[in-house]
Amino acid sequence: MHELIDELFIGSLGGKTLKEKKDSAVIRLGGESYAFTTDSYVVSPLFFPGGDIGRLAVSGTVNDLAVCGAKPLYISLGLVMEEGLPKKTLEKIVVSIGAASKEAGVEIVTGDTKVVERGACDKIFINTSGIGKIVYKGLEIGRIKHGDVVMVSGPIGDHAISVLSKREGLGFASNIKSDAVPLNGLISRIVKASAGIRFMRDPTRGGLGTTLNEIVRDGSFGIAIDEEAVPVRGTVRSACELLGYDPLYLACEGRVIVIAAREDAGRIVRAMKKDSLGRGSAVIGCITKEHKGRVYLRTKSGGKRIIDMLAGEQLPRIC
Amino acid sequence: MKYVDEFRDKKMVAALADAIRVAADGRTYTFMEVCGTHTMNIFRFAIRQLLPSNIRLVSGPGCPVCVTPNAYLDKAIALAGLKDVIIATFGDMMRVPGSYSSLEKEKAKGRSIRVIYSCMDALEVARKNPDKEVVFLGIGFETTAPTVAQSIIAAKRDSIKNYSVLCGHKTMPEVMDALLKDGSVRVDGFLLPGHVSAVIGSGPYVFLSRKYAKRCVIAGFEPVDILQAVLMLIKQDRPAVEIQYKRIVEAPGNRLAERAIEKVFDKTASEWRGMGVVKRSGLKIRSAFAAFDAGGKFRTGRIRSKENKSCLCGAVLKGVVIPSACKLFGRSCTPEHPVGACMVSGEGTCAAYYKYG
Repeated sequence: MHELIDELFIGSLGGKTLKEKKDSAVIRLGGESYAFTTDSYVVSPLFFPGGDIGRLAVSGTVNDLAVCGAKPLYISLGLVMEEGLPKKTLEKIVVSIGAASKEAGVEIVTGDTKVVERGACDKIFINTSGIGKIVYKGLEIGRIKHGDVVMVSGPIGDHAISVLSKREGLGFASNIKSDAVPLNGLISRIVKASAGIRFMRDPTRGGLGTTLNEIVRDGSFGIAIDEEAVPVRGTVRSACELLGYDPLYLACEGRVIVIAAREDAGRIVRAMKKDSLGRGSAVIGCITKEHKGRVYLRTKSGGKRIIDMLAGEQLPRIC
Repeated sequence: MKYVDEFRDKKMVAALADAIRVAADGRTYTFMEVCGTHTMNIFRFAIRQLLPSNIRLVSGPGCPVCVTPNAYLDKAIALAGLKDVIIATFGDMMRVPGSYSSLEKEKAKGRSIRVIYSCMDALEVARKNPDKEVVFLGIGFETTAPTVAQSIIAAKRDSIKNYSVLCGHKTMPEVMDALLKDGSVRVDGFLLPGHVSAVIGSGPYVFLSRKYAKRCVIAGFEPVDILQAVLMLIKQDRPAVEIQYKRIVEAPGNRLAERAIEKVFDKTASEWRGMGVVKRSGLKIRSAFAAFDAGGKFRTGRIRSKENKSCLCGAVLKGVVIPSACKLFGRSCTPEHPVGACMVSGEGTCAAYYKYG
């Protein structure tokens, strides 16, 4: 997908802003800076422990704005529905969209609906676009310095395992819930705590491992992660051991990676922990001069290995 | 996590690494592992870094997906093209390239191909779709074969007529014999596969120590297991077969599992990628269960299978070369665009080298 984006989309369409490949584009309007983003949601099943496609659609777009230093303001909502989608299902999703928007303090200001024939889409696909006002400037990969620390706001992998358990009918003894949640409240605490935040991103598709690789891609620094410091719930770890998944590559929908100046790390983590969404925050690694363009993991057993970009999807193994 | 965390303990790992250094006393040893999970975990836990440079670990033909030749994939893809057939497969098989395509590419074209977690899930798909034929791709060693056998027994018991298995199961001891007879592999001993051994026990490996004077230890998969097994290999006074993975493996094996295999399958010659045909190293479905044998149940027409001549998967699987010696590695052969099975399988040696460095 990264190759496709670079070669086709940026190759054919890329102006300066698109080439920055941020979670939200930062644009200037009337002398002010705004963030603008879009995302589409095709999750199956539509409802899973802890969330649904509607909550995901609002949270995802709000979070893409917030990690770019924007206060999320307005969302557009596009629905493509398969013929025969039960009205009750649609109602549940729309109610959830309303609830998530209220939670995030954003307004749905415009939308569109399309119905397609049976089989042309999988029940419902949702697109949301969002606009926010930049309130914290200068979040750039280019500002990251050697010695900066890498933090995450909570345990990873909850969302992916929650969806997987429901999709595949896997009966885990513990009910693992998706972490899908708007993070703008948490992020506003983070940016108030420090002027030394270099960059933020939410580790969605491809999880922490892929997101960190996206950050180091342009190669002026490396990232070293301490496996023992990365928070993973025991239940998620057990599910991963059973199915042969690596939690580093599991999608999160309510977590943020924060890269900041080392001297501010303690203050930022304390600020995150004050928020109910950041109780599991932790410093997980640092930015290094060595192994530029690579992400390394210090394993719990004392070894060291590369964390590479995830190729395709994680697939359950034979044995 | 119980039985996991204790076996990843940093202090224990460091102590074992030191003990290995002392026991080896500068002597050079080369040990081969023949299990895809060992391949991956040796990388995942950075075991090679913890060992002194005089201890070398090489990977052998332990990934069941990697050793499956193109002809099997081609047959599976041809079956996927038949009307009203659903292919049910373990996830590892999806991206493996056959001679012309892969299951993932065929799925994108609209073929009915489903990833399942166990063959009993595949049987369930057959129960729920009586108007379709469900073909389960039976790949794996003795670890997997017992449950596949159980699925066939259950299908016969419950008269589920629309379930069958394309049997590609292989067994370990015979290929290890072939590997050593081949002469190109120079090893002092083997880390033997923990879960295969949970089924077959330690007896089938005794020929490795008696006939070939190889040291053998049946090993678990956590860092402490692997390092303890290496230490046991070094400390053997004379070649023997020992069990490190005592919490799971008993010398007689699991008779219940073996009986299931014996009931449904018979031994047959089997083609291994890179090794050719090895006698009695595969399983075929017995005639009593012929109705569940997808190989005989469906006609697909002649398929001309071919292997990429530049691909060194075969030599990699024998432990004769490391992946970086292949001119395709990391260039035209990557996890995104694999040429050989070893690059795409979750337990492939090339994938491990590429991913973990």
